Amino acid sequence: MRYLYYLFVGIAFGFVMTKSEAVSWYRIQEMFRFESFHMYGIIGTAVVVGAIGVALLKRFDVHAYDGGELSLKDKNLSVPRYLFGGIIFGLGWALTGACPGPMFTLLGQGVWMIGVVILSSVAGTFVYGLLRDRLPH
Amino acid sequence: MSPAVLVHPVNRPQRMYDLIAGPWHWAVSGFLIAQVMFALLYAGKSFGVSANLRTMCTIAGAEKYSDFFRIDWREQRWNLLFIAGAVIGGFIAYHLVPNPEPVQISEATITHLRSIGIESPAATSTGGFVPDSLFAPENFLTLRNLIALVLGGFLIGFGTRWAGGCTSGHAISGLSNLQLPSLIAVIGFFIGGLLMSWVLLPIIVQL
Repeated sequence: MRYLYYLFVGIAFGFVMTKSEAVSWYRIQEMFRFESFHMYGIIGTAVVVGAIGVALLKRFDVHAYDGGELSLKDKNLSVPRYLFGGIIFGLGWALTGACPGPMFTLLGQGVWMIGVVILSSVAGTFVYGLLRDRLPH
Repeated sequence: MSPAVLVHPVNRPQRMYDLIAGPWHWAVSGFLIAQVMFALLYAGKSFGVSANLRTMCTIAGAEKYSDFFRIDWREQRWNLLFIAGAVIGGFIAYHLVPNPEPVQISEATITHLRSIGIESPAATSTGGFVPDSLFAPENFLTLRNLIALVLGGFLIGFGTRWAGGCTSGHAISGLSNLQLPSLIAVIGFFIGGLLMSWVLLPIIVQL
């Protein structure tokens, strides 16, 4: 039953990502070329609504459904991993027009070749795991 | 009876359908994405899709090669179900309630993409979700499409794990929680994305 909840939230996510066109390769190109406000509007609205909500959750000390802490831990501050890792992901995002969420939604749409992107991304994560100790974090 | 009275009962479900079929306004979309994050927070989880790639490595047996994959994947089952849902949601939204028109992007982007040999969204078989020139299976075994899909995917998997998150984990969850590391990551996303869109993509598609 509990797992159905996550499946349902995922379905809602995939539906929203399709109807918002945020899964479109073209929307991502348009965003990185600064030729439309659409994607900035989506991400900006999500962040503003999210930030207000998170601030309220903290202010009123809201807990998760089971009484546990909300998963809002502070991330350790460092620059290299976020900057370099971010740049590498950004290159892949603009090339494939998909970030990890949309990859799966596009698969559901029947864009079969996105399966190649998904498999390659698993391979990329695997290679990161192998090289992890040698990369600056 | 006036035609308006006849038309009205037929029109309302139709209008409802049109509303759901989209495309949706960015503000509606952004608001709902924030709700997805809250739904996961309330369950004691966090919104971060790329973590699944690590879980998949573990399931495939990667813990034999690196301790980084020594995790209990069962604890990540909820997130795997989330992406299974994302697949189903894509299927429903695209096949059962299709968007009525191809993705409408700006003329400037269309003109630019045409100049580097990528067709307009309206000319695709997917309603402008992906260009056929890069994603059609029959075009796969070309140097440029191998680079676009294989290298592109690799960069996503490598970069997100190094940075510790992707658009959902850093840009949405992290920025909402006012995390400076997430801001650095998002700046990185844009450095990489701008470099690709403005400099590298025009070269890659000519290959």
